[in-house]
Amino acid sequence: MTATRTIDTDVAIVGGGIMGASAALALRRKGVSVVLLERDLCGSRSSGVNYGGVRRQGRPVSQLPLAQRAHQVWADLPALIGTDGEYQRSGHFKIGRSEADMAALEAYANLSRDFDLGIQLISGTALRERCPWLGGRAVGGSLCPDDGQANPRLVSPAFALAARRAGAQILERTPMTSVEHDGKIFTVRSGTTVAVRAPVLINCAGAWAGALTAQFDEAVPIHSGHPAMAVTEPLPFFMHWSLGVEGGGIYCRQVARGNLVLGGGSGVALDADRARSERSAIATLAVQAVELLPALKNAHFIRTWSGTEGYLPDRQPVLGQSSTTPGLIHGFGFAGAGFQIGPGVGEVLAELARDGRSTTPIDAFAIERFVPKAVAEVASTAAVQ
Amino acid sequence: MTAPALQPVIVGAGPAGIRAAQTLVAHGVRPVVIDEAARSGGQIYRRPPAHFARSAQTLYGTEASRATALHSTFDGLQTHINYQPDSLVWNAQGGLLDVLHGPTQTTRTVPYGQLIVASGATDRVLPVPGWTLPGVYTLGGAQVALKFQGCTIGRNVVLMGTGPLLYLVAYQYAKAGTKVAAVLDTARFADQLAALPGMLTQPTVLAKGLYYVAWLRAQGVAVHTGVRPVRVEGDTRVNAVVWSDGQAENTVPCDAVGFGYALRSETQLADLLGCRFAWAPMHRAHLPERDSSGRTSVAGVYLAGDGAGIMGADAAEWAGERTALALLADHGVKVDTARAAELERKLTDLMPFRQGLERAFPFPTDWAAHAPDALVVCRCENITAGELRACARDAGADEMNRLKALTRVGMGRCQGRMCGVAAAEILAQATGKPIDRVGRLRGQAPIKPIPIHLQAQAEART
Ligand SMILES: Cc1cc2nc3c(=O)[nH]c(=O)nc-3n(C[C@H](O)[C@H](O)[C@H](O)COP(=O)(O)OP(=O)(O)OC[C@H]3O[C@@H](n4cnc5c(N)ncnc54)[C@H](O)[C@@H]3O)c2cc1C
Ligand SMILES: Cc1cc2nc3c(=O)[nH]c(=O)nc-3n(C[C@H](O)[C@H](O)[C@H](O)COP(=O)(O)OP(=O)(O)OC[C@H]3O[C@@H](n4cnc5c(N)ncnc54)[C@H](O)[C@@H]3O)c2cc1C
Repeated sequence: MTATRTIDTDVAIVGGGIMGASAALALRRKGVSVVLLERDLCGSRSSGVNYGGVRRQGRPVSQLPLAQRAHQVWADLPALIGTDGEYQRSGHFKIGRSEADMAALEAYANLSRDFDLGIQLISGTALRERCPWLGGRAVGGSLCPDDGQANPRLVSPAFALAARRAGAQILERTPMTSVEHDGKIFTVRSGTTVAVRAPVLINCAGAWAGALTAQFDEAVPIHSGHPAMAVTEPLPFFMHWSLGVEGGGIYCRQVARGNLVLGGGSGVALDADRARSERSAIATLAVQAVELLPALKNAHFIRTWSGTEGYLPDRQPVLGQSSTTPGLIHGFGFAGAGFQIGPGVGEVLAELARDGRSTTPIDAFAIERFVPKAVAEVASTAAVQ
Repeated sequence: MTAPALQPVIVGAGPAGIRAAQTLVAHGVRPVVIDEAARSGGQIYRRPPAHFARSAQTLYGTEASRATALHSTFDGLQTHINYQPDSLVWNAQGGLLDVLHGPTQTTRTVPYGQLIVASGATDRVLPVPGWTLPGVYTLGGAQVALKFQGCTIGRNVVLMGTGPLLYLVAYQYAKAGTKVAAVLDTARFADQLAALPGMLTQPTVLAKGLYYVAWLRAQGVAVHTGVRPVRVEGDTRVNAVVWSDGQAENTVPCDAVGFGYALRSETQLADLLGCRFAWAPMHRAHLPERDSSGRTSVAGVYLAGDGAGIMGADAAEWAGERTALALLADHGVKVDTARAAELERKLTDLMPFRQGLERAFPFPTDWAAHAPDALVVCRCENITAGELRACARDAGADEMNRLKALTRVGMGRCQGRMCGVAAAEILAQATGKPIDRVGRLRGQAPIKPIPIHLQAQAEART
């Protein structure tokens, strides 16, 4: 049996999705030493298989400060991670199919006014002129010109590579199998391979983050979701906007190569780790896609897939300090919408790890909202003593 | 006496599927038989469209009697089975198959209680520079043109690669009156000699193989062994093949090329069904596991024929029958166990011959080392060997799904069915990992591209 390798570091991170990897990179940029454990390959889960929507429009207002912070990071992507990741500020257009939808879109535009998203409402002849390819059911929509899209397969692994280049120790195929806390230091083990010792532990384990919170007496009602995805063969390029629909349903975008990537409905879990598009979701997606974009009438789906993402009941993430254990920081549960804000979350996690606080408001995402107050207070006093 | 739970579906109406159907019917069970092709027969006994008037002798040569036997068996089953031709199974989940009816472009679901997957094989492709030029076909494709459409891929044809199909297609082309400019075999003559002992266990099949080679030489066809294909040349279409004999490069003018390196199993359906896979050294592939009677790791799912490992047409027939017997026995139907044992014995007895074939036509394991960086490996996405190597080197990709995610290899229309073998070889070479350690592309629905504008058929045809 080989001896366990022990690594002492400032910060240990569990999970190499876009959250964990961008946190590792942000920490290195602050000169903090960091070791990241990923049980598989970085960016092989949600972060690498998502739809690739990089949008702020439509997010709850409480998320907009984070989304704006991430927006800055996205702007400098090539300098930061060494690839443009096919990121484009192509515009994100949310379609309204009724007057009620249009009213909702207008209300959102007003609600988000302080954040300067630059939202434009478009309808009538302007709509037909700007997007002749849109099917008849759309009465109008709301355009956020600086929102866009990127290729998650490239972006998320690139964050991990960049972190490694910046000096982070990225341990892939290294599952965390146990963690102990002696009041000051966390010892995170991967079997008998490695033990990482650090005063700060960041939980970025995505849909699987609940095991860690439960161990530290702050179980959260997290469950897994599996958005269904599909892609067509390459088609002549006709649409640069990424499309969504008010009220949800379907979303789609066309990549430079011509393929249309579509999402909508849900997939089905094969086991705790794997999921694929649900049969009926593919059928529904097909019908809605042709209705939205008649040009798809003669296209083919060449591939469908899904992923495993963590959801909390209010569809908001858990982001912030543990309510029970000093030094433990959480960043998970992004409810199918964490790709865009990921790089912002990484910076916030790095601030929390180094300074104990963040310059971006994150109170809305505190874990206390799920942990009964009394218990949380007792537990945190106990930890301090 | 049939257990009420029996609701079997067979995917594939080739030799394996047909014998499986026949066996179920003989035990009073009525299976659904689904096949993508318009007519039964599978690859080897592929039938031309109904109005074609060519004799079985012309179409199947020495296999004519086997072909007609199999066709008439299947035709005789018609009133006892629910046969659904022109029907592609494109997805499977939870006891349901999604089936696309080609001519009407409608999709329907077909429930199954038990499933026999007899999905056969396609060519194993190792690209060569110039392979994307018009006029280059796979060996199987070249043969399908002949069998199904009654036409040839060119007038002056080079056939290259290795495997039994190489000489068979050359023979069939020459017989059909086409000029065969050369047969270029990557296997060495010494390989063929060394393989003789194992192959002698099937003397008639061996004799046939030797006959094809002798006949070709007698007709003056140039047969070169131990070659390395260098490139296919041409501006707008093929006009020559350049190959190396180890010392010098040689050029053969031609107007079409058929090439391939034996066959690879069609395993996506087994993958979607959740079957466990394992590395199979003889087949140089990850294949769904099955026991000697065809049971997979998933209850109720069985595998037969080339879809579970390339064993040839006779083995496919035996495996089809054996698997059907296993399915029946698993559901309490009394079967002839002596016959089951005999079939398993036949299949086992075939192993030395099968290994002999591998010895006679070894996979060119040095292919990747000679593949230039500019070589297009994935033609759907236009990904070169150099890009794959750079990804392994710069991004540390050492596993097939990561390579796919970062480069798009295997992300096009074929979903890796054509480029997957070559990409794995390149990755193994670039990382220095043994080929079995680079993994396999995960299967994803749809098995083949499906039209978006699918009309759901009101009622499943059962
Ligand atoms: C199909 C799909 C489509 C989506 N579309 C969009 C979109 O268009 N726009 C958008 O903004 N968001 C989208 N999302 C959401 C977004 O992808 C996620 O919110 C985001 O990627 C979450 O990142 P993460 O790092 O928290 O999780 P993940 O990427 O899941 O990373 C968590 C990592 O933790 C690892 N891990 C877990 N347990 C352990 C352990 N014990 N030891 C070591 N490692 C462990 C896992 O292997 C995994 O790699 C989508 C999600 C899905 C699934
Ligand atoms: C192109 C080609 C040419 C060949 N020529 C010869 C030859 O000349 N001589 C020789 O000895 N061997 C030949 N072989 C090998 C020979 O095909 C096999 O040994 C034999 O046919 C195997 O029988 P099978 O029943 O396992 O599969 P097959 O005969 O391949 O039958 C499989 C059937 O399954 C159907 N199918 C597959 N997937 C699906 C799906 N998802 N949905 C619906 N239907 C599906 C196919 O349409 C096909 O009809 C050839 C193979 C190929 C690929």
